[in-house]
Order: sequence, then structure tokens, then C-alpha cells
Amino acid sequence: MNTVLIIGAKSDIAKALARAYAANHSNLQLAARKVHELETFANDLRIRHRIDVSLYELDITATASHQSFYETVTPKPQGVIVASGYMCEQEAAQTSLEKTLQTLNVNFTGAVCLLNIVANDFEARQEGFIVGISSVAGDRGRASNYIYGAAKAGFSAYLSGLRNRLYASGVHVMSVKPGFVNTKMTAALRLSAPLTAQPDEVAEDILNAQQRNVDILYTKGIWRYIMGVITLIPESLFKKMHL
Amino acid sequence: MHLTGWGMYPKIESEAFALESRHSLRNYLKKVDSCITYGNGRSYGDSALNAHIITTTSHNCFLDFDELRGILHVECGVLLSDILEVIVPRGWFLKVTPGTKLITVGGAIASDVHGKNHHIEGCFSQSVLEFNMMLPSGKIITCSHTKNKKYFYATCGGMGLTGIILDAKIALKSISSGTIEQTTVKTANLKATFEAFERYKESPYSVAWIDCLAQGEALGRSLLMCGDFSEKGDLNSTQHTRLNIPFTFPSWILNNISVKTFNAFYYNKISGNLATQQVSIDAFFYPLDALQNWNRIYGKAGFTQYQFILPKAQSYEGLHAILTAIAASGKGSFLAVLKLYGPANKNYLSFPMEGYSLALDFKIEPGLFELLDTLDTLVLQYGGRIYLSKDVRVSKEVFEQGYEQIDRFRALRIEQKMHTIFNSLQSQRLEL
Ligand SMILES: Cc1cc2nc3c(=O)[nH]c(=O)nc-3n(C[C@H](O)[C@H](O)[C@H](O)COP(=O)(O)OP(=O)(O)OC[C@H]3O[C@@H](n4cnc5c(N)ncnc54)[C@H](O)[C@@H]3O)c2cc1C
Ligand SMILES: NC(=O)c1ccc[n+]([C@@H]2O[C@H](COP(=O)([O-])OP(=O)(O)OC[C@H]3O[C@@H](n4cnc5c(N)ncnc54)[C@H](OP(=O)(O)O)[C@@H]3O)[C@@H](O)[C@H]2O)c1
Repeated sequence: MNTVLIIGAKSDIAKALARAYAANHSNLQLAARKVHELETFANDLRIRHRIDVSLYELDITATASHQSFYETVTPKPQGVIVASGYMCEQEAAQTSLEKTLQTLNVNFTGAVCLLNIVANDFEARQEGFIVGISSVAGDRGRASNYIYGAAKAGFSAYLSGLRNRLYASGVHVMSVKPGFVNTKMTAALRLSAPLTAQPDEVAEDILNAQQRNVDILYTKGIWRYIMGVITLIPESLFKKMHL
Repeated sequence: MHLTGWGMYPKIESEAFALESRHSLRNYLKKVDSCITYGNGRSYGDSALNAHIITTTSHNCFLDFDELRGILHVECGVLLSDILEVIVPRGWFLKVTPGTKLITVGGAIASDVHGKNHHIEGCFSQSVLEFNMMLPSGKIITCSHTKNKKYFYATCGGMGLTGIILDAKIALKSISSGTIEQTTVKTANLKATFEAFERYKESPYSVAWIDCLAQGEALGRSLLMCGDFSEKGDLNSTQHTRLNIPFTFPSWILNNISVKTFNAFYYNKISGNLATQQVSIDAFFYPLDALQNWNRIYGKAGFTQYQFILPKAQSYEGLHAILTAIAASGKGSFLAVLKLYGPANKNYLSFPMEGYSLALDFKIEPGLFELLDTLDTLVLQYGGRIYLSKDVRVSKEVFEQGYEQIDRFRALRIEQKMHTIFNSLQSQRLEL
């Protein structure tokens, strides 16, 4: 049985992923802030799927703690999924230094620092997979959400480089670009129903794609085409649009 | 958001609060004026409808499973289908299950649901060892057959009107395979159907499909289906693939489908009066679940299920009179479900009593409620009562006459101020 480490395990998408991987007979390691709040959830997975589930305290922005965090993780996982993310209102992200930094640190800096440690381990072991949940918001900066978008763009570029580096070691890296997903993060937003996925659907997509070694997964799939069109719009036009 | 029960009638606007933690629920109860708990929306009528609802399907963790003794502890929003996925491969089954597995444990307790084995195992509450419930004050109490008994009797079958059931411990039944040995008996009329039920009383599971349009000599002709778990066989029976009904159908389709199935059985498949076959758990217990959203089949106006029960001594005469009235009206589904029940339990509002119950679906259309009022009169005349989980229209007067413990229920509601906060369209109509 393989073991999968999920970072940001309290996220709605992460919980759906935990259920999907558990049903697929993986043992789980769940890392999050105030991780004791996941005790009931972890126990549920143990009962339903007869797997091992262990919990680890982790703040992804506390980069100095990453090395010691990863050292305590036993056994070493065969797969790591980064699901943590932070999105506040654009207005707040562009006016408050604290919010700007939080957006960059959770979505980019923290994720990069942690995955560096994981990547070195996987490269040495010549095995494993890494899944990073980025976002379609990183495909092009828009006035309404560009600080978050910029952090996700950076994360997407990082994942692409990492994929390139680790290919030779047989370690697969998958970038996930969700469109709209119905989770805590988007609870206050009005999302277009046909374009919005449920966490369970996203999790199924990710599990299936990861097992087929897909490089870049858009979920729902239609977002590949939507973003294809959006990135084609010439900048001279794009800057005048309200997006 | 738009909200309906399974019958898609009525449709109301409602705001949902998702149950996640005890703490947030307590705060919600402090703020909200009136609300009702909503499980998986499988009750047909208006018992889970209010402008403010507490949804529970996000509160769905397994808390403990004692695999040696067959005792399961789960949160209220866990679906019976989730439970079966876990327990069947480990040799356990629910002691009591209704004809759909797509309901929550909270809903199973609040309706005190019953299954094809009511005459042996009674209602769902009879397999409940204890549950925790939040009262209007935010206080949490544990209820069982011995602890906080009156809350237990009021809550099982109490349609969410006493508090929010948070989690429950239930006792399971051991099985050695996921296969059912099913016997189908063809009967020529109501008398023969009753005799067949008596003859097969020892069989753990039994239910009959009755032809509601048959008249005269053939009135009450049925297919009685009995069964029990096989000793031999595999525990990992494969689940059925599901068909989705993607949009609302014109309503004649379901009737046509059921007519064809019945006819196939009645005239062709079974050459003698008896047939046996081995079927899966899903095929035997949950045939309708294979058709996702089958409620859309009845069309946009929605539908309702009329389910009543008559005491055994009056059952033959009563059913004769009611079937005659239905056949004469030309309304109603071709097929209905008839079942022999065992003795009633102590719960204040549980539906079952020793006798026969009939359940049939009607499309909502002009003239329907008048017909059902007529049937109500007959049901009362023969000492019967109506099932709240299916109901959307019965009057307070008719309802009350069927439930002799209603005063106890109302008294507890008032004493504990439950009536000031937990209300559904149904409870308002019936002044519960
Ligand atoms: C195809 C089909 C077949 C059926 N067969 C049968 C059958 O054979 N026998 C039978 O008895 N019933 C049967 N039913 C009815 C069904 O089992 C009940 O209506 C059941 O209560 C539905 O559960 P739910 O979780 O969907 O709850 P809902 O329909 O959402 O709610 C039902 C009631 O339970 C209350 N409730 C729900 N959760 C809680 C909670 N946590 N705390 C307090 N109150 C709560 C609600 O307030 C409401 O009054 C059938 C229904 C369908 C659609
Ligand atoms: N929902 C969407 O529409 C959407 C679209 C595209 C991409 N995404 C991405 O999908 C991923 C999952 O998000 P979600 O939709 O499931 O939202 P979510 O439920 O809000 O999850 C985000 C999670 O990130 C965690 N987190 C935030 N800061 C953290 C920190 N410093 N250290 C550790 N964990 C931290 C949060 O933990 P706490 O519970 O401790 O706050 C939270 O559980 C995110 O990367 C998000 O950016 C979402």
C-alpha cells in the first residue's frame, strides 16, 4: 500500500481527495494548521477504508519549520499533494501589506519551500509523485484577482520546472488548474453553476489524472478551452476589459 | 435556494445552514426564529420544508464500528448507502432498511422508518441503541430506550420537531452473503393475497405489489415477494450501475414502465403461481435507487404518495373499500405496495401498527386532493392512519384521529419550547 501526504488537508478539495485516495487503498498523512480538528475525519477514513491515517501540524508559511516537519513524517510518502491556498478580496490584497504577503506566502513561497524538500527526497529515492493545486487564475492576471493570480502563476511555473527536472528521476509532477469549485474559499462568491465543480468531482479528476501521469489538469475540463481563449486576447484589448 | 421534498411539491424558497460543528449549530439556534432539519430530502411531502433549514449531509463521519459485536456509531448525515458500502463486505447489514438507501441516519430515526421485515424487526428505532440530540437551548442529551425515554419516544418518528439528532449508535444484523433468495407468489385476489402474507409470515422479508386497477373478481391481485439472505454466496456483491433521469419527464412514462414490468411478471415470467430466484441486495431492497431522480418522471407539477395503515381486523374490509374507490376514480398508479406489519412500538408518532398498509403514488393534478379526502374518510372509518413521511396534504383532524399519543407529543413540544423553533410546513398544517 502506498502513502500519500496531503498538505492543507482541511481544504474542502483536500478532504475530497483524502476520501478518494482512501477508497483507492492509500494510507494517508494529513498536514494542516490546528490539525487536531481533523481527528474525527481521520477516524472516519480509518473505519471506512481500513487504512492508516496520521496527522501533522503544519503552517505552510512557516518555512523555517518545513525541514523538521518533513523529517517527522514517517513512513516517507510515495505521493505529496499540496492543496493549501489562500484567497482574499482583491481590494484587501492590494491595500494591506499583511494580506499581500499572506497571498504570496501561502500560494507561492510556502508551497515552493516545502516542495523543494520533498523533491530532493523523491529525486534521491527515484520514486513518487507530486500534485500541486494551482489555479486557472494563474493563466492570466485580471484586475479583479491578480495578486492571488500572480502567486498561482508563479506556482504553476514552479511546478512546470519541477516536472522538467524530476522527469529523469521517474518522479511525476502534475499541475492542477481548477476553475470554479464549490468550497469554503468561494462560499461568498456567486459562481456560474455549469462552470462550477463539486470538490468530489475535482478529487476524482485529480486521482484519475495522477494515475495516468497527466502533466496539466484543468478541472472541469472546459476550463482548458476558456483559458485558451482568454490567453489569446491581445494585451492591448485585454487591458480595456472588465474581468 | 429552491427547496422541495422528494415529491417536488410544494416548491419553496429556503435558506440553508450546513451542520458542521456543535458549536456553530448552537449559535445558529440562538439566531434563527424557526427552522427544520433537512436530511437527504427523501420524504415525499413537506415534513422537511421551512424557510430556514439545517442541512446535515456534510455531518457525515463514521465515529466507531465494533466489528465483532456489529455496533456502528455514525454522525446523523451519513447515508444508509455509505453504511452498506462499509458493513456488507464485513458481514453485516442494517436490521431495518426502507425501500431506498439514499436517506440519512437522522432521517431514518426522525421518520422511524420501516422495511420489508417490519413484522420481525419492527422500526428503525428498534435498532437504535442511543442517539445524541441538541435541544432548542443548545443542550445536548443522550436518548435511548432507557435514558431520557420520553425524548426518545417523541424523537423517533417525531419528524425533526424535537431537536437535531447529531449522531446515533445502531445495532446491525449479521449476514453470511450479499445474496437474497427471493420467492415470488402470484395471487388472484385480495383474499388470496392476505392468505399468502399469513402463509409466508416466517419469511424475514415480504412485500406485495398490488394491481390497483383490477376490479371485481380480480380486485387485490398481487405479486407477493418474500426473501431471506442466502447462507451461501459472496459478500462483495457488485453495485448496480445507475441510470440518471436528466430532466423532468412527461408523467405517463412511469406508469407505463411499471405496468409493463408487472404484466411481464404476471402473465409471462411466472408460469405457475410461484417462482424463486437469487437476487442482489440492491435488486431486492432498492430497485428504485437504480433510477436516479426517478421522481422527475411524474412531471413538473410533482407527485405525492398516499400511505395508510389499517388495523389487522379491519384490513380486509377496509382495503376492499379503498381499492374499489381508487379503481373507480381512475387515478393513481397502476401498482401500489401492500405490506403486513407487526405490532406498534411505543413511539408517540411512529406510523406502523399491526395490520396492512398500502402505499401508492399520485401525480398532483386537479381533483386529486378531493379523492384523497374521500380515502381519508375510509381510512378513519376502518381505524387507520396516514404516514407523515409521505404526506403533504392531510388535515389536522384526520391526522389526529389516527395517532392516540399525539397529546404527549404536543405536551413535550410545549414543555421544552420545541414548538417555538422547530417547525415544518407539515407541523404548521397539523399544529404538531
Ligand atoms: C424510493 C423511496 C422509498 C422509500 N421507502 C420507504 C420504506 O420502505 N419505508 C419507510 O418507512 N420509508 C420509506 N421512504 C421514506 C424515507 O425513508 C423517509 O422519508 C426518510 O425519513 C427520508 O430520510 P432523509 O434523510 O431523506 O430525510 P428528509 O426527507 O430530509 O427528512 C425527513 C424528516 O426527518 C427529519 N430529519 C432529518 N434529519 C434529521 C436529524 N438529523 N435530526 C432530526 N430530524 C431530522 C426532517 O426534519 C424531516 O421531518 C421511502 C422514500 C423513497 C423516496
Ligand atoms: N475553490 C475554488 O474555486 C478554487 C479554484 C482554483 C483553485 N483553488 C485552489 O484549490 C486549493 C484548495 O482550496 P479549496 O477550494 O478547497 O478552499 P478551502 O477549503 O478554503 O481550502 C484552503 C485551505 O488552505 C489552508 N491554508 C490556508 N493558509 C494556510 C497556511 N498558512 N498553512 C496551511 N494551510 C493553510 C486552509 O486551512 P485553514 O482551514 O487552517 O484555514 C484551508 O484548509 C487551493 O490551493 C485553492 O487556491 C480553488
